[in-house]
Amino acid sequence: MSEFFASIGFLQEGPFAVPRWEALFEKGMDTLWQGAATTLLVASLGLALALVLGIVIGVMSASHWRIPRAFARGYVEFFQNTPLLIQVFMLYNALPLLFEGLFLPVVTIGILGVGMYHGAYIAEVVRAGIQSIGRGQLEAALSQGFGYVGAMRYIVVPQAMRIVLPPMTNQAVSLIKNTSVIAIIAGGDLMYAGDSFAGRFGHYGPTYVMVGLIYFLMCFPLAILARRLEERLRAD
Amino acid sequence: MIKLTGVSKHFGSHQALKNIDLEVPAGQKLVVIGPSGSGKSTLIRCMNMLEKPSAGQVIVDGVDLTAHRAPIAKVRQSVAMVFQQFNLYPHKTVLENLTLAPIVVRGVSKDEATETALQYLERVGLSEKKDKYPAQLSGGQQQRVAIARALNMHPKIMLFDEPTSALDPEMIQEVLEVIVGLADSGITMVVVTHEMGFAKEAADRVIFIDEGEILEDGTPIHFFENPQHDRTKLFLSKILR
Ligand SMILES: Nc1ncnc2c1ncn2[C@@H]1O[C@H](COP(=O)(O)OP(=O)(O)OP(=O)(O)O)[C@@H](O)[C@H]1O
Ligand SMILES: [Mg+2]
Repeated sequence: MSEFFASIGFLQEGPFAVPRWEALFEKGMDTLWQGAATTLLVASLGLALALVLGIVIGVMSASHWRIPRAFARGYVEFFQNTPLLIQVFMLYNALPLLFEGLFLPVVTIGILGVGMYHGAYIAEVVRAGIQSIGRGQLEAALSQGFGYVGAMRYIVVPQAMRIVLPPMTNQAVSLIKNTSVIAIIAGGDLMYAGDSFAGRFGHYGPTYVMVGLIYFLMCFPLAILARRLEERLRAD
Repeated sequence: MIKLTGVSKHFGSHQALKNIDLEVPAGQKLVVIGPSGSGKSTLIRCMNMLEKPSAGQVIVDGVDLTAHRAPIAKVRQSVAMVFQQFNLYPHKTVLENLTLAPIVVRGVSKDEATETALQYLERVGLSEKKDKYPAQLSGGQQQRVAIARALNMHPKIMLFDEPTSALDPEMIQEVLEVIVGLADSGITMVVVTHEMGFAKEAADRVIFIDEGEILEDGTPIHFFENPQHDRTKLFLSKILR
C-alpha cells in the first residue's frame, strides 16, 4: 500500500505533498473553522439584508410610481454593473473619507457589501416574479379596497415568492461564495483564513482544497434545496 | 348611487367611451349589453376606477372619484366587483378568500368575518368547500366563491363583468341563479352580460352600448320589443334567433 502511495509522485513533493496535508490537519483546521464561522455569519446576515432590499426594490421597480421605479432601476443597474470587489473596496476606503471617521468593522462591510449587491439581483428576480402574476390578481385586490402596498403584500408578492424561491436560493449560493471578497480587507472569513494559513507556511495546495470543500459543504445543501423547490413548483 | 357625467376614455388614439352620462339609482339592477369591444368593460371599470376616465366625472355613493386625491380605496370597500376570470386568490383557501379583505381592509374581527363568510358560502351552496383551494374547484364553483367573497364585504354596489362568459355552458345556470337570488336584495347591481334570459328576468333596466355610446336605455321590455336603433335590432337579430 505505502509502496503504491510512494509511486504517486505528487504526494511525495510539490504543492500537494503528504507533509503539507499533515501540517494542515495539525495546525490549520482551527483557523479554517473560525473563518468558516465568520463566513456563515456574514452570509446569513447578508442574505437577510439582500432579501429585504430585494423585495422592497423589486416591488418598487414593478410599480407604477415613477420616482421609486427610477430609483430602483438606478440601484439595480449600479450594483449589477460594477464588480462587488470594487464596491467592498469603496465601503472600506471611501466611506471614511465621505463621512469623517466612519470606519465600519470588516464584518459589517461584508454584510453590507454582499447584501446590497445580491439585493440588486434578488430585486430583479422579485420584479420578474411579480410581473408573472396576472394583472387580475392586483385588480381583484384593489377592487376590494386594498391599497397598492397592501395588494402587493397580501396578494401579489406571496404568489410571486413561490415562483421565485428556486432562483432566490441560487442567489443565496452565490452570496455565500461571494462573501470571500472580504478577504481583501482582512475580513477574517474562510477565504481569508485559508489565505493567511497557506501564506504563512506555503501549504497552498491542501489548504485551498480544504477551503473549497468547506464552501462546497455550505452551498451544496442549498443547491439541492433549490432543485427540490423547482421540482415541487413544476409538480403543481 | 352611481353617477357618470360626460365620461370619456381614450386608449391611445382609440376612444372606448364617448361622453357617457349615466345615473344608477340605489337598488337598481342595471344590465349592460353590447357587442364585443363596444366599451362595456371600460364602462363598468370606470365605476370603481380600475379604469381612470380621460374626461368626465364619476360619483359613487356621494363621493367624486375623479377628484384629486379622492378616497378611492375607501369607496371600493363598498363597491364589490366580480370578474369574468373569477380572480380568486389562488394561494388562499376558499374561506380565506372571503375573510382576507374584511379583516385587513375593513378591520372586521376574524371571528365575525368567518361567521358571515360561512353564511355567504352557505348561500352560494359551497359550505363544504371552505377549506379547499380555488384550483380544486370547477369554474362555476369558483365564480360562486367569487360572488360570496364580494358579498362578504357587505357591499352597497356590486359590479359584474361578464360573470358567466368564461364558464362551460353547463355551469352558467348555477352562477346565474345565485346572481338572480341577489337581485331581490337592496344591493345596487350593474351586470355586463350576454345572457339575454338573465336580462329579461332580473333587470330593472337595460342599456345597450355600441362603439362607446349608449344607444338604448330603458326597461327590458323596451329593449327587447321596441328597440330604437338599427344597430340594436341588428345585434338582437344575431343574438336571439
Ligand atoms: N387597456 C387597453 N388598452 C388599449 N385598448 C383597450 C384597453 N382596454 C380596452 N381597449 C379597447 O377599448 C375598446 C373597448 O374595450 P372593452 O374591453 O371595454 O370592450 P367590451 O365591450 O368589454 O368587449 P368584450 O365583450 O369583448 O369584453 C376595445 O376596442 C378595446 O380594444
Ligand atoms: Mg369586456
